[in-house]
Parts: sequence; structure tokens; C-alpha cells
Amino acid sequence: MRNMTMKWKFAWALLPLAGMLFVSSCQKPAGKKKSSEGALNTSSVAERVYVKPGEWDEYYAFLSGGFSGQLAVHGLPSGRLFKIIPVFSVDAEKAYGFNEETKPMLMTSHGFIPWGDLHHPDISQTNGELDGRWVFVNENNTPRIARIDLRYFETAEIIEIPNSAGNHASAFVTENTEYVVANTRFAVPVPQRDIPINELKGNFKGVTTFVKVDPETGRMNIAFQLLMPGFNYDLSHPGRGKSHGWMFFSSYNTEEAHSLLEVNASQNDKDFIAAINWKKIEEYVKNGGGKKMKVKAAHNIFDEKTQSARTEWITEVTMVDPREVEGAIYFLPTPKSPHGCDVDPSGEYIVGSGKLAAQLTVHSFSKMLKAIEEKKFAGEAYGVPILDYNATLAGVVENPGLGPLHTEFDGKGYAYTTFFISSEVVKWKLGTWEVVDRHPVYYSVGHLMIPGGNSRKPYGKYLVAMNKITKDRYLPTGPELCQSAQLFDISGEKMQLLLDFPTLGEPHYAAGIKADKVLDRMAKIYPLEESGHPHVTKAEKETKIVRKGNEVHIYMTMIRSHFAPDNIEGIKVGDKVYFHVTNLEQDFDVPHGISMIGANTSELLIMPGQTETFVWEPKAPGVYPFYCTDFCSALHQEMQGYVRVSPKGANVPLKITLDDKPIGQVIEE
Amino acid sequence: MKTLGRILMAAAGLLTLSLFIYPMWRIDLSAPQYPDPLGMYIHIDGLEGVEEHDLQNIDILNHYVGMKPLPKPGDMWEFQVFPIVVGAMGALALLFALLGNRRLYLLWFILMVVLGALGIYDFYLWLYDYGTNLDPHAIIQLTDEQGNPLHYVPPLLGYKQLLNFEVWSYPAIGGVLLAVGIMLSFLAYIIAGRKK
Ligand SMILES: [Cu+2]
Repeated sequence: MRNMTMKWKFAWALLPLAGMLFVSSCQKPAGKKKSSEGALNTSSVAERVYVKPGEWDEYYAFLSGGFSGQLAVHGLPSGRLFKIIPVFSVDAEKAYGFNEETKPMLMTSHGFIPWGDLHHPDISQTNGELDGRWVFVNENNTPRIARIDLRYFETAEIIEIPNSAGNHASAFVTENTEYVVANTRFAVPVPQRDIPINELKGNFKGVTTFVKVDPETGRMNIAFQLLMPGFNYDLSHPGRGKSHGWMFFSSYNTEEAHSLLEVNASQNDKDFIAAINWKKIEEYVKNGGGKKMKVKAAHNIFDEKTQSARTEWITEVTMVDPREVEGAIYFLPTPKSPHGCDVDPSGEYIVGSGKLAAQLTVHSFSKMLKAIEEKKFAGEAYGVPILDYNATLAGVVENPGLGPLHTEFDGKGYAYTTFFISSEVVKWKLGTWEVVDRHPVYYSVGHLMIPGGNSRKPYGKYLVAMNKITKDRYLPTGPELCQSAQLFDISGEKMQLLLDFPTLGEPHYAAGIKADKVLDRMAKIYPLEESGHPHVTKAEKETKIVRKGNEVHIYMTMIRSHFAPDNIEGIKVGDKVYFHVTNLEQDFDVPHGISMIGANTSELLIMPGQTETFVWEPKAPGVYPFYCTDFCSALHQEMQGYVRVSPKGANVPLKITLDDKPIGQVIEE
Repeated sequence: MKTLGRILMAAAGLLTLSLFIYPMWRIDLSAPQYPDPLGMYIHIDGLEGVEEHDLQNIDILNHYVGMKPLPKPGDMWEFQVFPIVVGAMGALALLFALLGNRRLYLLWFILMVVLGALGIYDFYLWLYDYGTNLDPHAIIQLTDEQGNPLHYVPPLLGYKQLLNFEVWSYPAIGGVLLAVGIMLSFLAYIIAGRKK
């Protein structure tokens, strides 16, 4: 009874809102045409995405930030943005790539690179189900894979992939997170060498990489690389259940064109999905198979203990010619430049979305095994057996729409495919291949994501479509508009559009997980006692200033609402001053920041128990203030200090004080 | 009934000794910014945060109004003396149970009531000093409507609003066990006196 009353209250409260929406839609400025979603049912839809103030969303959604290089954390069903995790691009707000601790994270074989293109997040799995420990993401431009640790929601590791270019078919994980894969979108000479571009065909290679993930620490290491024909490898998904042990990669440009690809790579009637039995290759490598190859690639690790990143260099990889491993690789012909390559929750169906095809092609894993056994080959490409198209075909979805890209599954026997050109999501049934529902999206959808969609157990409640174009969907912001996500309820027979929300950069793929799977393990602070940062200061009395020639290191602390020390003298023009700043707080959600006038770097934003370092090179004598940049307390505005800078060669002694009393130690080396 | 009296008296002793494991008292502080309240346990030999860093966090907040940092075990004689008194009284209860003399039960009961009252009085004195003996250079110095400096004495028992904090003060499990133990000693005295 009580519930009934509550519901009624709600309905009445929302009626005026619905009325307002109706009125406002009548008053749209001229030229703004109203989309199909009318005021009908607005209140019941609003209720389903409304998360009351102070309440939590049911799911975390990790949306790729595309060319921003970062990973956005949203809540579902509200769509609210919680955090932007810096991964492949510098972030001045969080000092990522600016402070001494995180600069090594962006090191590559080409040197420090401040930007990346982040495409496909995938959450770690145990027994084919999401375990909420890590998110893996790929970088497309300078081939890399990053691991985000969901205890801290911070980037923990970045590994560069050698012999690759355009790391697009990545960073998908196998069902026990044994491997995370990387595959190149651009064929290149391997190893790189000076060669005429028009000699690509037959000379360039596509290198597939299997990165082993340590089951305890998550630490990544390149296990082996496969030297594949020089096609363009686009996307990938792992086998699961019965097909566990296999990995499927879509490819285009099997024509091996090197110019005007929009025409020249669209000639073949069918391209391939490569099916790779990684368990066989693993065994082969274990028995000494493969050749060692010299490479140079950066492996950047953020050490939890020292709170600092370091770069280790990868100098050698094991390169395997997969043709030398019996039964390890087959090509499945798939019409017209397949993009998405998606495996259903049972592991039986592999859906190939030929971008230019008028149909969706679904391969059967068990038929594939049978075709291999019965040697139903239609030929070979560079020595790799091509399976007979009809022998592996499970079915086709006829005329589903234009420009199919990606498919996800609800775990209830249905698949959902995005269509870029006809701008819609289409729901169809596995097994009967019939289309059961379709819904327009606004506009030109790329990936879609069902939380848990890339696992044995999708949650099957919501679907997020990620769109490349928004046109008139939001208040315009000049020529550059936001990109967008759209949330659908897929719990019923028909998909229902619930919500539009703008996204960071271009959302390619996303991954979603029930929040409680992540919350259990989350850190609230960095325990100060456990800090092994080489420049940590664990108490105010341990602060110090150390001069080594013209290098000065200041070990400073921050706690509500002061720095210690907050007056520093004896700095000279020409000095290189390192501020090693420790936040002594051990309370949840009490960060402090610090910035220095004229410092050619970003602020530091320091969480409780963390130590971070910035460098300042004063250029002229004077007295310069620094202050706390994060409104930390009632006396935040008072959280400030001064550094006195004397001329070069002056003999002002080093001095650090708090409240005019000497604090800590002064050391001249 | 003599045996039952002895058992009850021995239980009173054991419950008293439980103070070496369990805290006597608990004070919780919650504010809008502290949806998970800060809290401290008062043990016979020192203070302990309910969560690992609560004592430090209470000190950080209290320094704004000039309250002294919470005492460490070495800062107060009570934390030296209480364990001795509690240990002695616990041992005495066990000894009395062994002797089985009901008048000694009564004696123990009276002693505990007196000591308990003194303890609570001492606790009040400390709370009063903690809440009123403020740093004259405190960052925030507030006065009431009459212009008198505002004080921050936490409640001895129950609820009080101190600035933006709601403060609750109540016996913790050790305190409850002690109270039960004292009542049991009186019950032991009554029961041991009954014939059959
Ligand atoms: Cu601050």
C-alpha cells in the first residue's frame, strides 16, 4: 500500500514537468525540428534514469575518450560523469605527465609523447565473468596498452607494442584475463626499414601481439607476437566457454592497397576473420618455438609502493610464424571489410559486421571446428588455410540496415547491432536471425555497450549507444560539438530510449560493470605509513631542505590548513628547486593542491598519504607566494606560503620555518 | 544457593577483567561532511579510533577551535592507574568468590560503586577541561549570545550539538559488561544469603 502511495506521489510530482516539456517543445526556435521521441511517456522514462540526490548509480560505465586519450567514468542509468582518468594524454588538473612521479608513464621508444588515442576499454574477467579488478585500454596511434587499477581508478601500467602501427584490434581480454591482445591496423615493414611504399603488397606485415597478464598483480608482459599477412586488422573478441582458447580478429584491406584505400581496399567480395588458437601457440612457445627478435619498446609501471612510475625497456620479443604451428590459424571469409568481430555469451557464434555488406554474417564455432577436421578449405592466403564460407556459416541476418559495425548481447538470446549509415540499433535473435526491433540513434552510432556484454554473463538491462555526430541534439557550442552517448532500456521486448548524455572526446567502445563489484576493493586513502616514496615526509618535524650545488630539494607537508614549512629562504636565481610535497591527511576526500607563481608546469593535486614532486626554476630575485589549489577547509584561503629568491651568488643561508619557528632540518651538501 | 552466589561473583570478576579487551565508552561525531561519523573508543589504558585514522581526524577538526590534541596513553595518569585498579578489583572478585563469603560480595559491590562514581566524575572533569581549556590563539573563537566564549564540552552521556557536529556519548561493550558485573555481585550477595 505504502509503495502505491509513493508511486502516485511521484506521478503527480512529475506531471507539471511533463507539461513544461510539452510547452517548451512547442516553443523550439525555428529551424529546430523535433525528433521522434515526443513528450509521450516522458515522466515514466525520466523516473528510470533519475538517481535521487545522494543516491548511487547501479553501474559504472567506462567510456573511451577517443582522441582525448583519457578514460571517462560515468554512472548508469544517470549518465553522470564522475571522473576522467588520465591514461595516454597529459592532464594538468591532476599533474599527470607533469609531476616527476608520472612523467615516465608517457615514455615510449620515440621519447615522451603527451597525447594518445584511446579506443577500447575491456574489464578483467575470471571464469568468463567481469571481476572488476582492472580496465585495459588500447592506444591506437603509438601502439600501447594501459591497465587501470580499479582500487584507485588510476593508470597503473602502460606497455608499448613493438612491430605494430595503429593498435586498433585491442585491448580485449580472454576469459580468465590470461591475455590482453593487440593487433595492428596498418601493415608495416617488420622490422621497419626504408622501402618504396608501392611495394607494400607481400612485403609489409601485420603483427598480432599477446600480452600476458599476471593473475595476482595484473602486471603485463609481451608473451609472443605473430607475424601475419599485411592486412589491416580491425577488431577482436575472445572465444569463451567452448571457444575459450581462440581469439578472433576481423581484417580489411586484404587487397593490400597502399593508397586511396576507400576504393582500393573495397574491391574484394570477402575479407577475413582470423581465428587464432592461442593455446596451441602458447604451447609451441613454451617448447622453445618462435624466434627472438630485437626490439625497443617502453614498459611503464606505476609502483604502488614508491608512488612513482619507472620505465623498463623491452629489448626482445618472441616472434612466431603461426603457419609453423599446426592448427593454430585459419581465415573465415566474411563479406565486405568486416569491422566488428563479436562473440556471443555462449562462445558459439562469431558475428562479422561487413561495413559495406547488406547482411550480417554469423559464423558457428562448432561448424568451424568441423570444417577444420574435414579440411573444407577454399584455398589459402600466404599459406594460411581459408575455410569454406558455407561450411562455417551459422546464418545471416538479411537486410538489417546500412553500415553494420558492432554487436553486443543481452544474455537472453538476442543480439544488438549498430548501423552507422542508417543510424540505428537493431535487435535480432540468435539462431533464427530475424530482426525483432530497431530504434534510431542520433546520429551515426559507432560502438554500443551492454554492461557485461563482452562476457559469459551480460547484465542485459541497459544498452549504451555511442554516437559520432550530434548535430542538433544539444545546445550548440560553435563549430565543434560534443559527441554523445544514448542509454536504452533493453529489459523489455522493445528497446526504449531513456537518455542522451554528452561524452568526453570521441567515445569508441565502453565497458560497464555493476558498481558493487568494484566498490568492495576500493581504496579511500593512501596509507601514509605504507608509503615508500623516496621523498616522502611522514611528519612535520621530518621536513627538510637539502642543497646539492644548484639543486635544492624541499621536503614539505600539507595538512589542514597549512604547509610546513611555509617560509623558505636561501633560494637563489639559477637554482633548480624540487618541491617534494606530502599530504599528511588520512581522511577520506581531503586532497590538497599546490602551485607556485611562475613554475613552468602544472599544479600538483595530492591525495591523502600521497607525495608528489614539481620543479621550479626561479628566474629573478624576489619573494614568491605558493598556495593550496584545492578548497580543502574553512581556512583553505589561508593555506599559503612564501619563498625568498636571492640573486645568484648571494650568501643568504637556507632557512625553513613555520610560524617564525625553525622547522625540520637544513642540509648543505 | 551458595554455589550459585560464587558463580555469580566469579562472573562479576571476569566481566570486570573484560575491560582489558573491550572499550568502556564510545563518543561519535557526525556532521554533514562526515556521513561516516568519526568516533573514538575509551579503553582503560588509552584512546582508540573507531576507524584507523579517526583520532588524527578529530584532532585536525578540534585544532580550529583550540582544543588540545587527544591524550596519548602517557599524557594522563588515569591510563596508568585504571588498569591496575581494574586488575586488582577483578582479582579481588575472583578471590571473594573462592572464599564464598557473601559480606565480601557486598563489600566488593560497594567498592565498585564508589570507584565507578569516582571514575565517571574524573571522566567528566577531563571532558570539561578538554572542552573549555582552549588555546587563546585558536583560529575560530566564538561567543554565545551573552558574549561568553563558546565551549565544546562533549556530553557525558547522550547527545549534544557542538557547532556543526552532532556528538553522541555512550557506554561501549566493556562499560556494559562492567555494569552487568557490578549488578551480578549484588545479586550474588542476595542469592548467597537465601537458604535453598
Ligand atoms: Cu589545502
